[in-house]
Amino acid sequence: MFAYLVKRLLATIPVMGVVALFVFSLLYISPGDPAAVIAGDIATDEDIARIRAKLGLDQPYLVRFGTWLWALAHGDFGVSIFTNLPVSQLIGQRLEPTVALTLCTLIVTVLTAVPIGVIAAWRVGTWVDRVVMGFSVLGFSVPVFVFAYLLMFVFSIELEWLPVQGYVSITEGFWPFLRHMILPSVALGTVYMALIARITRASMLEVLSQDYIRTAQAKGLASRDVLMRHALKNAAVPIVTVIGIGIALLISGVVVTETVFAIPGIGRLTVDAILRRDYPIIQAVTLLFSAVYVLINLAVDLSYTLLDPRIRY
Amino acid sequence: MSKPIPTRIHALALAACLLAAAPAVAQQKVLRFIPEADLRSIDPIWTTAYITRNHGYMVYDTLFATDAKFQIQPQMVDKWDVSADKLIYTFTLRDGLKFHDGQPVRSADVIASIERWAKRDVLGQKLGEMTDAWSAVSDKTFRLKLKKPFAYVLEALGKPSSNVPFIMPERIAKTDAFQQIPEPIGSGPFRMVKEEWVPGNKVVYAKFTDYVPRKEPPSWAAGGKVVKVDRVEWRYIPDSATAAAAINSGEVDWWQQLPPDLIPLLAKNKDIKIENTDPLGSMGMIRFNHLQPPFNNPKLRQALLHVVAQQDYAIGIAGDPKNGKPCASYFTCGTPLANDAGSAVLSGKRDVERAKQLVKESGYKGEKIVVMDATDQPIVHAQALITTEMLRKLGLNVELQAGDWGTLITRRSSKEPVEKGGWSIFHTWWVGPDQATPALNAALRGSGDKAWFGWPTDTRLEELRDQWFAAPDQAAQKKIAEQIQQRAWEVVPYIPTAQFIIPTAYRTNLSGILVSPVNFMWNVEKK
Repeated sequence: MFAYLVKRLLATIPVMGVVALFVFSLLYISPGDPAAVIAGDIATDEDIARIRAKLGLDQPYLVRFGTWLWALAHGDFGVSIFTNLPVSQLIGQRLEPTVALTLCTLIVTVLTAVPIGVIAAWRVGTWVDRVVMGFSVLGFSVPVFVFAYLLMFVFSIELEWLPVQGYVSITEGFWPFLRHMILPSVALGTVYMALIARITRASMLEVLSQDYIRTAQAKGLASRDVLMRHALKNAAVPIVTVIGIGIALLISGVVVTETVFAIPGIGRLTVDAILRRDYPIIQAVTLLFSAVYVLINLAVDLSYTLLDPRIRY
Repeated sequence: MSKPIPTRIHALALAACLLAAAPAVAQQKVLRFIPEADLRSIDPIWTTAYITRNHGYMVYDTLFATDAKFQIQPQMVDKWDVSADKLIYTFTLRDGLKFHDGQPVRSADVIASIERWAKRDVLGQKLGEMTDAWSAVSDKTFRLKLKKPFAYVLEALGKPSSNVPFIMPERIAKTDAFQQIPEPIGSGPFRMVKEEWVPGNKVVYAKFTDYVPRKEPPSWAAGGKVVKVDRVEWRYIPDSATAAAAINSGEVDWWQQLPPDLIPLLAKNKDIKIENTDPLGSMGMIRFNHLQPPFNNPKLRQALLHVVAQQDYAIGIAGDPKNGKPCASYFTCGTPLANDAGSAVLSGKRDVERAKQLVKESGYKGEKIVVMDATDQPIVHAQALITTEMLRKLGLNVELQAGDWGTLITRRSSKEPVEKGGWSIFHTWWVGPDQATPALNAALRGSGDKAWFGWPTDTRLEELRDQWFAAPDQAAQKKIAEQIQQRAWEVVPYIPTAQFIIPTAYRTNLSGILVSPVNFMWNVEKK
């Protein structure tokens, strides 16, 4: 197990290397010039050229890539071209809201979707099942931003229960933090609730049709025990896989939610950086996301051993 | 079991502290403001971005400033005089001017700031050409020696829009003009709380308690900058629907630029006022590539003058006729140099047949016209769509190429033909003050390769501009401005599309918002 873990972690290094090369090359060939954005509308070609030179953007590809890689190897993500602040500081500012939103969404999603998926499988073919499936289709179909505006209108504008926008750190109090997280988490979580509920239902249905479940029922075990101790545990592997994939999707999906609810997270940092061609930020965030994806996949793989004793690494 | 007495005492003490602290927090007057854009850079000389200019007005002060009557008034300067030969200007600073780091404002700070600004700004560069030397007479008095008389010294030093000659400490102003300054230390009415700056989200300013405002009433950037709140928070909300919800619910007090489609929604809320506080608005434009066919031919550019319907652009940009209007002048309507010399070609009856005739005379052979569009900029996008449709109606071979603003402003520097990634037309818009004079209106230059993107070449336009700089008085300036405009209708460096205003919205608990081309935060009171 330990050897497997080390092997997988070491395998991330070449992956990150390829990602770094790919991202850098993509930005190098993509249209856009931060010097032109900085110089503004009135600037002349000479002004832009001088800014480009000061930023080192006139250097050849290999020099720029080498400089960036060398700094990266020393733990230096560089400095934002526009704000002149260290990229690590900018990411640090933005990490907490994104992690908080992802975790809150995950908690809301798992606590809601897994039980309703189990219930739908248990009551397959009944109105309960149909309601759950109907909800799933709706969850998939309604875009996040539509749902977000709807929630905002009802709970913030009409009822005035929750704030419209913004983020409050948990260090400023749990209730203010929670108030700002409820609407974004529910809005962002809806589509994942639908996904996880459907997968849970399908996986449970498969397990519930197995002989050992029939045996357990024949032994007179209570439905709750059959569902939770025998069926759900065996149905967990695909569910956990989807939850794992969901985390990765959540990280990339927070962009819309962060924009609608004006949450200063990593998603908005990335989009803003792309729009103004702030290369150091784009490169650092992409690498960070890649690392998170790799680690989530690793965590999901490792969780299989806990859920299914037959799986060994 | 009862609690031990010390614990109770602690609890009571804590409660007392909280009660004592609560009123202090409540008394803090915090102005929450949604700005037009995210503050990306803190250096108003390094970039011309209007949001950084606005930040500059919070943090820095200026030697002179333009008032609502377009007069230049002293701001940091207490008194000044000009020698009889008009070659030496001597300025003395007001008493009590201090930077946010506690240091007094000295002549050395002023000179370093002006010299840095003069390397980047259009008018600053002109002043730089005319300057023999700046020198400090004392800590509070400094001198400008000119090579030859230059009538626009005060206009340059009191320039209202980007780049504004803001005064910084010498150690900061010594930064290369093409590199960003490291810290936002000014002597303006607010100090930036940099530790609380979250780019893309929030900028915080605190009242600078050592600021000494002038005694005169505020008028544009001139007069007393009296701060009536303790703290200002700029909260950047990129989504306009969310911004509308935030001001509706009272989470923010003031939204700088209200999109036209949301005006009816907010107008229903009696606690919100919607006003036009910008007396000059902004000017849209169609800019041609003068180097490449087909718009290297003046006949084709002239043809478009007969079909551009400014009213369409005004509605397309502003949405409401109240907020957009035609302005057939190369100088911002409402400013002293605005005139109607030769304007009938743009303001008269639209004449498609005449335009078609000119297209024919131009020898247009169906060359592809590339209109660059930036869909993330509503003002640019609206203009691009209207122009494209207009060109199609004229029977021209036009292709609308949509991208984002970042791509457009990079691509517009290409002088190649359209087949090699070049362009034919792009649109943009400038705030009114930036097009008020021949000195500021960069798009009116005819200096070829050295001109602004599009690179028109016209020696007559350049000669007239030089004559304008040498004009002895306002009457002469106005006359030359009319000649410049007449010439511009002939060579058509660009076509003005419309003058438009983007209204501002604020909660009724605010008062004292100044009518000005820039949203200033001083004088604003919050109940």
